[in-house]
Amino acid sequence: MSENQTGKGLLGWIDARFPLTKMYEEHLSKYYAPKNFNFWYFFGSLALLVLVIQIVTGIFLTMHYKPDGDMAFASVEYIMRDVDWGWLIRYLHSTGASAFFIVVYLHMFRALIYGSYQKPRELIWLFGMFIFLALMAEAFMGYLLPWGQMSYWGAQVIISLFGAIPWVGDELTLWIRGDFVISDATLNRFFALHVVAVPLVLLMLVVMHILALHEVGSNNPDGVEIKKNKDENGIPLDGIPFHPYYTVKDIVGTVVFLIFFSVVVFFMPEMGGYFLEHANFVPANQFKTPEHIAPVWYFTPFYAILRAIPDKLTGVIAMFAAIAVLFFMPWIDRGKVKSVRYRSGAFKLLLVVLVVSFIGLGYLGALPATETRTMFARLFSIGYFGFFVGLWWISKNETTKTVPERVQ
Amino acid sequence: MKKLLIIVAGLLLPSIGWSAGGGHTYPDDKIQIDWDDKAAMQRGARTFVNYCLSCHAASYSRFNRVGRDLGISDEMVRDNLIFTTDVNGDKTKVGALMKTTMTPAYAEQAFGIVPPDLSLIARSRGINWVYNYLRGFYVDESRVGLGVNNGVFANVGMPHVLAELQGLQRPLYKTMIDDDGNEQEIIVGFELLRAGSMSKSEYDGTIHDLVAFLDYLAEPYKQTRKNVGTGVIIFLFVFLILAYLLKKEYWKDVH
Repeated sequence: MSENQTGKGLLGWIDARFPLTKMYEEHLSKYYAPKNFNFWYFFGSLALLVLVIQIVTGIFLTMHYKPDGDMAFASVEYIMRDVDWGWLIRYLHSTGASAFFIVVYLHMFRALIYGSYQKPRELIWLFGMFIFLALMAEAFMGYLLPWGQMSYWGAQVIISLFGAIPWVGDELTLWIRGDFVISDATLNRFFALHVVAVPLVLLMLVVMHILALHEVGSNNPDGVEIKKNKDENGIPLDGIPFHPYYTVKDIVGTVVFLIFFSVVVFFMPEMGGYFLEHANFVPANQFKTPEHIAPVWYFTPFYAILRAIPDKLTGVIAMFAAIAVLFFMPWIDRGKVKSVRYRSGAFKLLLVVLVVSFIGLGYLGALPATETRTMFARLFSIGYFGFFVGLWWISKNETTKTVPERVQ
Repeated sequence: MKKLLIIVAGLLLPSIGWSAGGGHTYPDDKIQIDWDDKAAMQRGARTFVNYCLSCHAASYSRFNRVGRDLGISDEMVRDNLIFTTDVNGDKTKVGALMKTTMTPAYAEQAFGIVPPDLSLIARSRGINWVYNYLRGFYVDESRVGLGVNNGVFANVGMPHVLAELQGLQRPLYKTMIDDDGNEQEIIVGFELLRAGSMSKSEYDGTIHDLVAFLDYLAEPYKQTRKNVGTGVIIFLFVFLILAYLLKKEYWKDVH
């Protein structure tokens, strides 16, 4: 970028001291993205949007929220009633939490169907998985803060899972809670982690995720490497600059997303008890266990796997394995063809099994367990893990269609 | 891809069939709240401060906020809605939170449990539950000191404070066989033992108004929320048209 160093005016002055133009070009105006992005490719930028919504609304919530066992619940109601537009800030944040998971699950599903985790994008996938982990930690700790019954008992159930670990279990749960029960001490540390520690980690991981992406370039619905076909200037023939093409396209996606988001925020903020659980409108009471404790919907698939297994320790291991196995996707899939468009029927069938199992588990995890439901949860758990085993099995010698040279 | 989605949808359908089993409660009626009917909410507020607020608090809400939202002036609120006193023994200020005069320790001694705060009861229990609960008290001599039980909330610690309005009723039972094949007596109706000052329909109306007030109390900004939301969504639709046209213009040269 030698021409930048001789640039004139303020920009030239800055560019001589900070790579502003260079960064702008690398990541926006001269970042060439495949021209055939479809619907599924909106969710990356939407995840970034939701992250910003959460950070901004979160800052305003912390101005009024009190991380104190005696005051937390009342301070949330104070925000809802006495703070100007407080109800809006709070609903944006509570709806944003669920929206984050919807967007991220769809973003991850996109990676699965188009093989975006495959070589050379393994690190993008890994950073993404760490973002997913951090997001789960962030959401879990954030859910304790309103200090409602479900906040309290949901956290109780999840933290007690660590108690299943042999030898150190009890000590570990004590260390996490900072007390023998979930208490003011737990609330305070969760607040610190939720507003400072985890968001810092999240932001750092998001930067790494995007840097890794821009290093190797975006995948696309055809799973074709656009960098293989370049013109005389070294620009991919099937690539278009991210800005302005995808910025204007993502604005459309953003507005459509915001319409759905607003419908929830303004007309159904509780989302029938899924985004804000009814029992969470009762202040936390350590002497009164609610009749039915269910984690928030985005954790229910994993919770259902935990409950499907009679032995607690095995259940906990299975639950963590359900998340851990995702990290290994780039190596479980031994295929060379990326996109579902050119992969075998067996692969498509496995995808269906995964989706049905995951949604089925999510549905069951929100309900009290009965014999029939546990049976189905076991079936779906097998389906969930079956996807990974099956994929490893079939991808070695998969019958695939011919992948075109250029994007279609 | 579309085919795949259809298959997924088809496979998921059978898994949605389960319903959560729950115990039998009576009464089990459903109501609608008309948020434009401020008069009903005002009547509900009157019932609330007269019959509920002495034991239950609504401590996330303020008296003058209720007045402002329901169209009652501060003077009217002071004269008609405030019957409590503050720590100094003075009449509670109009801008104060709607707390009770009872200390938690005293309440626990009197009822065995601190009566729950009612600010959010319509959100935690739901309006139908509250409506049925307040109409579900029946005579049960076995309950020492209270003399009543409830068809919605069995063995609740609350006395029937509205008995002077509703009167007292006794349950009519029917024997049912439950899922496990055991015989079970369930309440299917009530019979009036002693009349109150209101007829059944008057009492139901009073409770309906009270629940309308509690629904308001649980989310005072509900109306604002919907009004703002309508504006926001209309704006977004207009913005969507512009955003789409902009995208189309830029993408003209992409083939």
